[in-house]
Amino acid sequence: MDTPSGGLVRSHCVGTTAVVYASDYLNKLTGEKIERECRRQLDGGCRALIIDFSETKLVNSIGISILLGIIDVAEKSGAYIVFSDVNNQTVELFEMLGLTRHVVLAKNVSEALLNISRYETTPVVH
Amino acid sequence: MEPSTQKLIHTFGALADLGQEIAGTGDFSEMVRTSMHLLLGTLALRRGAVVECVDAGPLRCAAIWGLRDQFLSGFEIDEAGKQAFLKGTAADFLVRNTATSNVFMNRHRDQLLKEGIELVLPMIVRGEVTGLILLGGKASGEEFSSDDFDTIRAMVRHIGVGIHTHRLLEQIAQRAEENKRLYVELRAIYRDTVRAFAAAIDIKDKYTQGHSERVGRYSEIIAREMGWSEEEVEGIQIAGYLHDIGKLIVDRDIINAPYNIDAKNSSELNRHPSAGYEILAPINHPYADIPLMAKHHHERLDGRGYPDGLTDKQIPMGAKIVSLADSFDAMTTDRPYRRRRSFEDVVRDLRENSGKQFDGKVVAAFARAMLKEVTGETKERRITKMLGKGYLEGQHVPTLLSDLIADLENAKANTVTTP
Repeated sequence: MDTPSGGLVRSHCVGTTAVVYASDYLNKLTGEKIERECRRQLDGGCRALIIDFSETKLVNSIGISILLGIIDVAEKSGAYIVFSDVNNQTVELFEMLGLTRHVVLAKNVSEALLNISRYETTPVVH
Repeated sequence: MEPSTQKLIHTFGALADLGQEIAGTGDFSEMVRTSMHLLLGTLALRRGAVVECVDAGPLRCAAIWGLRDQFLSGFEIDEAGKQAFLKGTAADFLVRNTATSNVFMNRHRDQLLKEGIELVLPMIVRGEVTGLILLGGKASGEEFSSDDFDTIRAMVRHIGVGIHTHRLLEQIAQRAEENKRLYVELRAIYRDTVRAFAAAIDIKDKYTQGHSERVGRYSEIIAREMGWSEEEVEGIQIAGYLHDIGKLIVDRDIINAPYNIDAKNSSELNRHPSAGYEILAPINHPYADIPLMAKHHHERLDGRGYPDGLTDKQIPMGAKIVSLADSFDAMTTDRPYRRRRSFEDVVRDLRENSGKQFDGKVVAAFARAMLKEVTGETKERRITKMLGKGYLEGQHVPTLLSDLIADLENAKANTVTTP
């Protein structure tokens, strides 16, 4: 079931994966709401995060900084993070700025979930 | 889109947002935090902090992202450190550059690198280091290019000026608040001084002790009832306190004559409004027209007053108020040659003399203020206290006042104004 959290942010959980939906313009206001929701989900025990950008048309500098913060927090808590359904223009921006070095991109939420399930079943090689 | 074009658009958008943020009048901490995010997001830097240099001593953290809050404790910058930043080139701002002579970098290098800080740039305003911006590496893992340096330095300059301006505005607001407090204190001192002066005036007349103080208070009550502003109300109160200041030059024997005085002495006594004006006019009062109110408080609407024989519209409204307050106090206090008049008698006098001696609007306002006290609408019973126990009591009092107000309002409605 979708949970509206902090006004504009929708989210839901699939097992230990949280799916958080970004709004049409990822700026300071919406970025901070997404960040709060991601932190809440990680604090609640989620082991993976999917941020869905299907409705997102534009990401500004503050949005980038906040996304990097989310990546940082996820990395520190050992959570896997996937960005799904990112439009071409934003993909170019993420690639140019190096965000794609730290997250996996997926076509949609289903593909992201599949990606995460593969990651979770991959045996750790010592 | 070419990556270089996209980068340019992204940077340009961030600069535009930064300008807007810095020019805004919002919360200081929020402005710094947002500015830092804009800088980090422009080049996708993973962590950063904005710190202010407050004289000599520990750096004050204004915003931090991706770093431990306690990370900056123990960081200090002295004059030598500031000078190193003022004279430094781009290479001196790189934390990894061990060849630099920058004392701050050399002192804190290990700690900075441990936290992932790669660049430390000074915020310079008017040739002074006002703070530092600490930046982590790029998310892309690439080294900083010269273009990156130009972008960062431009944004750091903006942020530095923004912080400096906000701090200046804070100081101005603080000083304005302090000045406001001093002004209020000064006004209170002025008011207390004037009250003390009023008491001194009244001491000269042994039969009218407290008269000036009461005239000041009645005037204030009337003006407030007439809807005057707080400042105007304060002004009229002062005028009430000082209205008889001219009596200081009148012979004490004339003022204290136990019975009605003769024409010669009366003429001497009647000099006091003009004398009051002469005394008050050279003083720079914080309120308007106080000398004029003192000068004209014995004028009458029918032109039979003194010193100038002014009529209705020629008399300042403040003087009309003080005039009523003065007469009312004279009627309601004992004098050496008579007892004070009954309230019925006073109301009759006010009704008969409205439009002749007193302005009907002023009398009606005073009557309304009294009615509010006797009906309990006004909790603070200031007029009642001044008049003493029993004077404004009795079932007939509200009726007397209501009838007076109604009569004055009817008279006003029936007045035909001729062009």
